Amino acid sequence: MSDTSSDQHPSQLLDRVVIRFAGDSGDGMQLAGDRFTTSSAILGNDLATFPDFPAEIRAPAGTLAGVSAFQVHISDHNISTPGDAPNVLVAMNPAALRANLGTLPPGATIIVNVDAFEERNLAKAGYEVSPLGDGSLSAYTVYEVPMTSITTEVSKDAGVKPRDAERSKNFFALGLISWLYTRPVEATVSWVNERYADKPLVREANLRALKAGFHFGETAELFESAYEVRPAELPPGEYVNITGNTATAWGLIAASVRSGLPLFLGTYPITPASDILHELSKHKEFGVRTFQAEDEIAGIGAALGASFGGSLGVTTTSGPGVDLKAEMIGLAINLELPLLIVDVQRGGPSTGLPTKTEQADLLHAMYGRHGEAPLPIIAPKTPSHCFAATVEAVRLAVTYRTPVILLSDGYLANGTEPWRLPDVEDLPVIDPGFATSTNHVDSEGHEVFWPYLRDADTLARPWAPPGVAGLEHRIGGLEKEDGSGNVNYDGANHERMTRLRAAKIAGIARDIPPTELDDPDGAADLLVIGWGSTYAAIAAGVQRTRARGHKVAQAHLTHLNPFPADLGDVLARYRKVLVPEVNLGQLSRLLRAEYLVDAVSFTQVKGVPFRAAAMEAAILELINGPGADAAAGGPPGPLPPTELTDGLLPDHGKVSQR
Amino acid sequence: MTDLAHARAEDHAVPVPLTTRKDWSSDQEVRWCPGCGDYSILAAVQMLMPELGVRRESTVFLSGIGCAARFPYYMNTYGLHSIHGRAPAIATGLAATRPDLDVWVVTGDGDALSIGGNHLIHALRRNINITILLFNNQIYGLTKGQYSPTSEVHKVTKSTPFGSLEQPFNPMSLALGAEATFVARTHDMDRKHMMEVFRRAHAHQGASFVEIYQNCNVFNDGAFEAITGKDHRADMLIPLVQGEPIRFGAEGQHGVVMRTDGTVEIVDTAAVGESALLVHDEHRDNPGLAFQLSHLAAGPTQPTPIGIFRDVDRPEYGTEMNRQVDQVIERRGAGDLRALLRSGSSWTVS
Ligand code: SF4
Repeated sequence: MSDTSSDQHPSQLLDRVVIRFAGDSGDGMQLAGDRFTTSSAILGNDLATFPDFPAEIRAPAGTLAGVSAFQVHISDHNISTPGDAPNVLVAMNPAALRANLGTLPPGATIIVNVDAFEERNLAKAGYEVSPLGDGSLSAYTVYEVPMTSITTEVSKDAGVKPRDAERSKNFFALGLISWLYTRPVEATVSWVNERYADKPLVREANLRALKAGFHFGETAELFESAYEVRPAELPPGEYVNITGNTATAWGLIAASVRSGLPLFLGTYPITPASDILHELSKHKEFGVRTFQAEDEIAGIGAALGASFGGSLGVTTTSGPGVDLKAEMIGLAINLELPLLIVDVQRGGPSTGLPTKTEQADLLHAMYGRHGEAPLPIIAPKTPSHCFAATVEAVRLAVTYRTPVILLSDGYLANGTEPWRLPDVEDLPVIDPGFATSTNHVDSEGHEVFWPYLRDADTLARPWAPPGVAGLEHRIGGLEKEDGSGNVNYDGANHERMTRLRAAKIAGIARDIPPTELDDPDGAADLLVIGWGSTYAAIAAGVQRTRARGHKVAQAHLTHLNPFPADLGDVLARYRKVLVPEVNLGQLSRLLRAEYLVDAVSFTQVKGVPFRAAAMEAAILELINGPGADAAAGGPPGPLPPTELTDGLLPDHGKVSQR
Repeated sequence: MTDLAHARAEDHAVPVPLTTRKDWSSDQEVRWCPGCGDYSILAAVQMLMPELGVRRESTVFLSGIGCAARFPYYMNTYGLHSIHGRAPAIATGLAATRPDLDVWVVTGDGDALSIGGNHLIHALRRNINITILLFNNQIYGLTKGQYSPTSEVHKVTKSTPFGSLEQPFNPMSLALGAEATFVARTHDMDRKHMMEVFRRAHAHQGASFVEIYQNCNVFNDGAFEAITGKDHRADMLIPLVQGEPIRFGAEGQHGVVMRTDGTVEIVDTAAVGESALLVHDEHRDNPGLAFQLSHLAAGPTQPTPIGIFRDVDRPEYGTEMNRQVDQVIERRGAGDLRALLRSGSSWTVS
């Protein structure tokens, strides 16, 4: 398809653009978005993506409930969020238009599949008259493209049934957007060839649609020009575009390789965590054993059994699955065995919002067990950071013989960003340090093995998987005698053991990096502190307020239990502390309780990440006080419910003629 | 096989040391009620171990919660006393990753059939290489006397003062229905029979399920007396012996025949002739006849079959899981982390 790389049209330079592909769940929008992302990544743009799909596999076609969208932000400079508001919306039907119109800033471009705007679809989307004809879209630039009819037309003589041919219209849309943003389609062509190798008709229909879309842009004279987003200046290195779930799976494999512990995943399928299982199950060449259990409890139970046997036991879950695992986590805390629980958080309570993101499991991770049952908690901050955070979680689990909870979330799980690949040699080496010999002489002078004789430094107990003669020992969920590990119901011993378990976890603070703080000249008055996937939005909001001349510091926590040792000192340095979270204020409660700091909570639970503009507004409100004049650098007042603000950085979204 | 398993396999070039019952007993004081049937089961296991030619360090006893679940503390092996009902799940992860180990699961009627029912049936269906000893005393002992999922209907207990309303589980039928490959029953009054059944269960590759009628002399004393009492055994226990006609009674005067509709019934041997009796075959692929035998008695008050109901070969889960790993490694070579990170489309920024 060399004829698809044309330079005849003038093209304009953009520094960044946010495109949202939206259609019915069956329209293949995730695929179109994903392919567009891949070609942008290959071009060298920085990018961030946000797939946004319904919980139903196929909600009734054409309805608002069935709309599936994929948002991608591409840029010629370093960016971190998938963008507040799309510059371009591709709407495959009226429902996709209606569901996403609220997010569009005035002046945005809308490309609709005009064939789908017929009476039935309009009615299903709740339109009495077509929005294409009633002037309601006058604030936007609307392009009406007959995607369905052209797609069926081009495949007519290829032997593809019209009903099947129609399904390729996502490739038409992809071709058109590829032309509009001067993306080469070669990579997609080879992908289609490979993917549909054994379905020649589908392959042909997709390729024809892709090509037709590309040519349509060039020849229809509908569009004034194409656009170009130049490669970003990323630090040198080798990059891949990666989702959080893949990064987590690879992090697990890396931790297995670096520890020499065979990886065992015991799990039960649940959205949005299942892709970690899918990815790991492909990589048996690393000795990975994946076990799809009968339920969530058996998943973590088998993982704990594997840990007892000397494997790296891992379970993955989300939502209600986290609740079900609580009992086994308590056992693992008592057994003091390494175990990793990956919680890909989603909207709750109960079944909640299976496909939508939330950060509301922090307090559950902290306290969601009976008894005094502390464990380390780690939270990745971006999709690619899931890799390093997972390796760190395993390091703590193995070193301290403890279950660790990794709090990822739905946004990180499915979102992507370019990731500069680390040097394998630079990854931490994790030493399982299995017990090899007896460690105590009993009152009768016999060499014995005491399973709860702790390391003086880490307070970790020896890990002695079965198989070593002389180290036979029995452990269980009952309270144990300090040292010998024998069952013991004595109150004083229980107090000692309870405090030892707590001290072991608290002591991890000595073994983790100090607070990650960004305060360029150390003169900020306000600290914005977050955890997990809010990182990108907080960073963008902080940058914006700095661009307005304010001094604002940002701290981000990867370690949530224990906190970094210097966190109290860091917090004390700032007069105001803002804690944005996608929950109703969980970290803020912990910070207030732990450090007596008057932290201000800023929260939202809409199933989507924060927008940079909302973050900026919240920061400005705290700086200037409510009701100050926005034009004078104050807050823009209460945000409209849809946060319509485009919220571009002052230097963003510039257009310059080439 | 995991690295650990490989390493252990090498250690095991050394011959298995000779042991006695004492070597298999831990230093922990046994704390069941005096007279509890658990003692004789513990003795049978501890006496059997030296005969099995296995190593203490390669033996693991796992349990859940209940009186029986204290068992691992009394064995001088590796042991894990876990949480209620979950032992088969934990054992699954252990047995699948450590095929070099002998994994025993000790459980009770509440632990295995009530709170842990789901894990039990799936461990059986998957054919995990574990030996499950279910101490069935038809009562909740540790919580002091509530009815259990194997208690007879109308049972009066602390939680059912007007009698329980529930149909009990038949553990043999349940295991057969769950596609178990080894299903057997024994009782705490016959050490020799227990040891023989345990020996066979241990030898079986895959999940072995053994129900042991166990007397709880505190909360359900005499539940099995009608069939296991010394004076009743001959007429009330029906020994299942491989390749032999199924008959019982001091003189073998009773026997079991199959009716034309496939069900089984007890008959007078003399009346039908010995050749009409059903010949026991543990290895029958179809579990139908074993299921019929499991239903011969409505409860331990009627003549009850004991012994091995079923013993068939089917691929064992852990072996298959590890075979898959080995095959992939053979085909693709051992994993290379550097290559994995570059397995998507990567690009270079210089
Ligand atoms: S309560 Fe019953 S089963 Fe439990 S130890 Fe006592 S006698 Fe044995």
